[in-house]
Amino acid sequence: MELSRRDFLKFSGVATAGGLAAAKMLEAQPVSAESLDLELSKPIGEVPTICCYCGVGCGAIAAADADKVINIEGDPDHPINQGSLCSKGQALAQMRTVNGKDNPNRLTKPLYRAPYSTEWEVIEDWDTALDMIADRIKKTRDETWLDKIDVGGTSYTVNRTDGIAEFGGGELDNEECYLLAKMARALGLVYLEHCARI
Amino acid sequence: MAKAILFDSTKCTACRGCQVACKQWNNLEAEETVNTGTYENPPDLSSRTWLKMRFIEPPDGDGKVWLFSRRACMHCTEAGCVKVCPTGAVYHHEEGFVAYNKDICSGCGYCVDACPFDVPRMVGSTLTGKKKMEKCVFCADRVANEEKPACVKTCPTGALIYGERTEMVDLAEQRVSKLAADGVDAQLYGKDELDGLHVLYVLAHSPKDYKLPVNPEVSPSVTLWQDILKVMGYAAVGAVAGGLLLNYMVARARMVKEKEGK
Amino acid sequence: MTNHWIDLRNSDCILIIGSNAAENHPISFKWVTAAMTRANNPAKLISVDPRFTRTSSKADIYAPIRSGTDIAFIGGMIRYILNDMQSLSRTERAEKYNLTYLTQYTNAALIIHSEFEGWKDPTHPGLFVGFTENTNPAPGNLGGYSKSKWGYADAGSPDTDAALLGNNWTNWSDLNPKCVLRLLWENYEDFTPEMVEKVTGCPQSTFEQVCEAYAATGAPGKAGTIMYAMGTTQHTYGTQNIRGYAILQLLLGNIGVAGGGINALRGTSNVQGSTDMCLLSHILPGYLSVVNHKLQTLEQYVDTVGRKGKAPVVPKGLAGDKSASWWWLSESAQNYKKYLVSLLKAWWMDNATEENDFCFNYLPKINAGQDADYTHIGTFEAVAKGIVKGMMVWGQNPAVGGPDAEGERKALEKLDWLMVTDLFETETAAFWYRDGADPGSIGTEVFLLPAACSYEKQGSISNSGRWAQWRYKALDPIGEAKSDLAIVDALVLKLKEKYAGETGPKADPINQLYWDYHTEGEYADEADPNKVALEIHGYYTKDVGDKKKGDLVTNFVSLATDGSTCSGNWLYSGMFTTDGRNKAKDRDPVDASLNQIGLYSGWSWCWPINRRIIYNRASVDLDGSPWDDIHPVIAYQEGSHNPATNTCKWLGDIADGGWSPIAVSKNDGKPAYLPFIMQNEGVAHIWGPGRAEGPLPVAYEPWESPLETNLVTGVPAQLDESPKGMPGFNDPCCYVGDLGGMNQRGRPNWEDPTNGFNCVGTTYRVSEHWQAGQMTRNHPWLIELQPQPIAEMGEELADDVGVKNGDIVKVVTARGSIEAVAVVTKRFRRMTIGDKQVDHVGVPWHWGYKGLSKGISPNGSSGNVLTPHVGDANTTIPEYKTFLCRVEKA
Repeated sequence: MELSRRDFLKFSGVATAGGLAAAKMLEAQPVSAESLDLELSKPIGEVPTICCYCGVGCGAIAAADADKVINIEGDPDHPINQGSLCSKGQALAQMRTVNGKDNPNRLTKPLYRAPYSTEWEVIEDWDTALDMIADRIKKTRDETWLDKIDVGGTSYTVNRTDGIAEFGGGELDNEECYLLAKMARALGLVYLEHCARI
Repeated sequence: MAKAILFDSTKCTACRGCQVACKQWNNLEAEETVNTGTYENPPDLSSRTWLKMRFIEPPDGDGKVWLFSRRACMHCTEAGCVKVCPTGAVYHHEEGFVAYNKDICSGCGYCVDACPFDVPRMVGSTLTGKKKMEKCVFCADRVANEEKPACVKTCPTGALIYGERTEMVDLAEQRVSKLAADGVDAQLYGKDELDGLHVLYVLAHSPKDYKLPVNPEVSPSVTLWQDILKVMGYAAVGAVAGGLLLNYMVARARMVKEKEGK
Repeated sequence: MTNHWIDLRNSDCILIIGSNAAENHPISFKWVTAAMTRANNPAKLISVDPRFTRTSSKADIYAPIRSGTDIAFIGGMIRYILNDMQSLSRTERAEKYNLTYLTQYTNAALIIHSEFEGWKDPTHPGLFVGFTENTNPAPGNLGGYSKSKWGYADAGSPDTDAALLGNNWTNWSDLNPKCVLRLLWENYEDFTPEMVEKVTGCPQSTFEQVCEAYAATGAPGKAGTIMYAMGTTQHTYGTQNIRGYAILQLLLGNIGVAGGGINALRGTSNVQGSTDMCLLSHILPGYLSVVNHKLQTLEQYVDTVGRKGKAPVVPKGLAGDKSASWWWLSESAQNYKKYLVSLLKAWWMDNATEENDFCFNYLPKINAGQDADYTHIGTFEAVAKGIVKGMMVWGQNPAVGGPDAEGERKALEKLDWLMVTDLFETETAAFWYRDGADPGSIGTEVFLLPAACSYEKQGSISNSGRWAQWRYKALDPIGEAKSDLAIVDALVLKLKEKYAGETGPKADPINQLYWDYHTEGEYADEADPNKVALEIHGYYTKDVGDKKKGDLVTNFVSLATDGSTCSGNWLYSGMFTTDGRNKAKDRDPVDASLNQIGLYSGWSWCWPINRRIIYNRASVDLDGSPWDDIHPVIAYQEGSHNPATNTCKWLGDIADGGWSPIAVSKNDGKPAYLPFIMQNEGVAHIWGPGRAEGPLPVAYEPWESPLETNLVTGVPAQLDESPKGMPGFNDPCCYVGDLGGMNQRGRPNWEDPTNGFNCVGTTYRVSEHWQAGQMTRNHPWLIELQPQPIAEMGEELADDVGVKNGDIVKVVTARGSIEAVAVVTKRFRRMTIGDKQVDHVGVPWHWGYKGLSKGISPNGSSGNVLTPHVGDANTTIPEYKTFLCRVEKA
């Protein structure tokens, strides 16, 4: 198979997606007269991604610099969508970048709400946040742990907790879902569900 | 060779990928809207909305017709906006569509009145207060680089395609014949209107049903006054007019040449 | 999807029912349009929907139906086809329908238990034989069945009807009274076009057009496809709706062929993959059954679950005489055991040994039987009761997406702690300060963790057509956000720290859990998705023959029962080559399939083993030649039969098993493999005794119905003071929930003039927003397009309640009310159902009380504030699509 230039860039993008993105420092500009004859007003994008919305699985290509998305549009090589995207797919860029700046509603730090509190507080580092969560998980798990249950006078090993539920997520990657299942079952969770059920 | 966009309403599902693609590529900010009892939004074109889809339920229908139509610059050959533009900011690109050089727009707004499709919109800069026109520019930078206009590229069903205008006319006519054979009252809009639009429409009903003007024309007053207006316009932007006049004349000459070549 | 998106273009007739694909899967219409506009024999498009949608606007035939009446509609189509088959001459019958497919590849000709009694039996109207009503109060199923009389008369080797097999019949009485096809006729005999119109509201003439167009796909070489989504599934009988589609497709020979199939359109980008990874209470990765308390050892588990039926069932008199019975293969190879042992090895690696049953008892065991429901509905009921005290929510938003959403929000107040990871602050994370809640009385600790979005990380996702596609990282996550992979990795390592030094049944599964995903470079401090993907695919855990420890397995065929292999999910075993190429990253744009039918097998990878159209052995005749020469999925290469292995060379797609064609094997005196390799009897199930409420779908009424009597079964509704549903009027086995009395349940009064809930409500989505809204209600471009929640209704209803287009209206149910903008439209028409005039009101459920775009009422105006906490008899999927409501001007 002979690779087109675009394909080549994509394959190299695979290896060095971050570097390639960082290399695209062209500033996004509204279309103006200077660009009419020759240059694109911004790069179209070379990093292949798959749309995060419905289950069609359309390909998109992204152009980004270190901290913002410059352009995302359909991947013309993708056999399913052949470059097209719907309104949601065309808005992918706004997941991160709105009007050239970070989407102001994105969460950027772990937050904590204490019992009976009326507000969120920022947890300054991840380690603290995860330490607190792990403590809660362990406490609830240990308190609600069932080695065995008794059914009709017979004792059965069940090794589970009914005290913790895990939900999610049909938007996560396969590898993420797999590790979530692995963690949940290792913890002895039986209340494990996600949006496929509903 | 002239290029054109062909919009086939019979293939359009109104997913509005085109509407967002236009904003995405051209870095146009969203508008704040409200729902007024329709899926259609924003309510009209604006300086930040160069393309919108119309959702039309015929008032006397049986609820089994929902028409979708494109609303954006039609890129006319006989273009009122080009005629009246005193600075040459609005001009015919060598590929036939109505291009726009925002940097030399004087903000006079004559194009707004001259457009039979009510497309150009004026907006004042928040910093300088200076007004500029805004409208669809046919993704001139994309087409110059062998990319389709953003709206066309994103269309999933082939309701929007782009290519040589002659070829688009052929395809549209074939489609109309096919639909007619299936009993649809199909029509081609834009082939001859205003000497030929560079956005062609395949319709399944009359243009009126799609809120398109039947026999659109540039007001005679625009034609009559264009020379006077132009003179006035140049006077108004006298400081920069000298250099721009040259640009304008070159662009104009290109268009004439292209017309003659047809 | 049995097929895939591009394959829609190969169809002759596309039936979209329970789906609004043009709006919710817009790019599917690239291929629908391709089918409809191709030069030769363009496809017809049928849209069946209570509302005329953007999908309907492109259809050749639009058939309106009352929400929740799919079975009456499909049952009517089945009746039309059976009636047509019966009335045709033998020759015409064989031309118009694929009788070889019907009789040799499905169980149409098999003979059922002599004591089976259908729902028309006057001693149990509306119910099959064997029903017992549940006398316990809710929550729970309305009732249950003993299925002992639903099976084949001869369970091990069922008889077949010779007249049917030989196409030698004229009247139904010529067939054995317990032959499946005849029982199917009896089940649907009453579903006449008149009855269909009376129940569904679809005009007879329109219905007959649908039947004629779709039945035409029954001819050999023709293909019809069904595209469905949540409009089908979100009912108390959602599973039976799909069963109806399956029966229809099997009657017409439409499964396994190009342009055919049953295509569930998945609503989220990786809900296929997350389901394959089994983030679900009843299954472990790869659809392996969860363990219940009765299964104390691996052997008991494998014996009970993994060898269901013990031996393949072999129908008598068919051309094929062998079932692969893949799941339950009980001869030399025990696939079920291989898959589970390999999973246990992937989880506990060296700690999982033959001696300790491969840590089988580290897997949690649920209570067997029906005394606990672990699904979404049951989980929230357990939260409301205080059983569940802590909750982790990864990228889901049940406070908007759950049924009886306000009830579920209130249930969250009972939690000790809640952890949410998401991109934006969700309604679920913010439940404690929603309107009407008093934070001062809510003791729940809440953690809200910032997650990376889809292009701020890398990994694979599986689309609806089962294609696993790798997506790459375009830039680092925003702020301090992390991928969910990095978060779960860090969390498990923390938990291991916390349990370090402890031993015993609580600590061992954590301490011994195999967890080693960091690599060099970018992933030195967090999990590398590439390494996780390798574990899912699987590798050798010790040297075996010429394989070394750590070598990748070829695919699931390499997996072993002795612990020498690991694989986190057997279905994804095959995603890598043995030299480590990740096929999810493949981007070969060339379509090398037979006649270029659009398989694109070199683009990404799909399970199982890159088979693009499943059940594809049904796409060929007994000799292995495609029914459809123009769109061949697979084809037997003449002369390639290998007598030693009884296999051959199949051209085209990866064949559903490599065995030679039935006739070829038979001529050689070898076992002739039947095409449906996942079924114990090797043929597809027109008769499906595995479902809770019957082997064939019956037209039940929604939990909240506008009718007093089920017009099909004749069973009256239960209308007393404390309504609880009526078996035979309602689905007899549906799950009736109870959120601790937080919200009223049960059937409200339709007729009450002051408080009457006299409209049929339904929920849906709009193209411009996505699910529970957290990933679109923060996007200005999308909010611009659809800024506010709407309530769509017909002009007749709007006139009755004095509402004009654009007014703010209130939609009220027994659970609660929401405010929305009225969209008054002719696209929703008043229907005559029996002797009643029925109006629909449709509300999207995307909105909530957080984000840039909020609902109109303080509760966020999600349609799910209105929906009941009841669920499907088989899956407990909530009944989101039909409920009773009323509309008022706000």
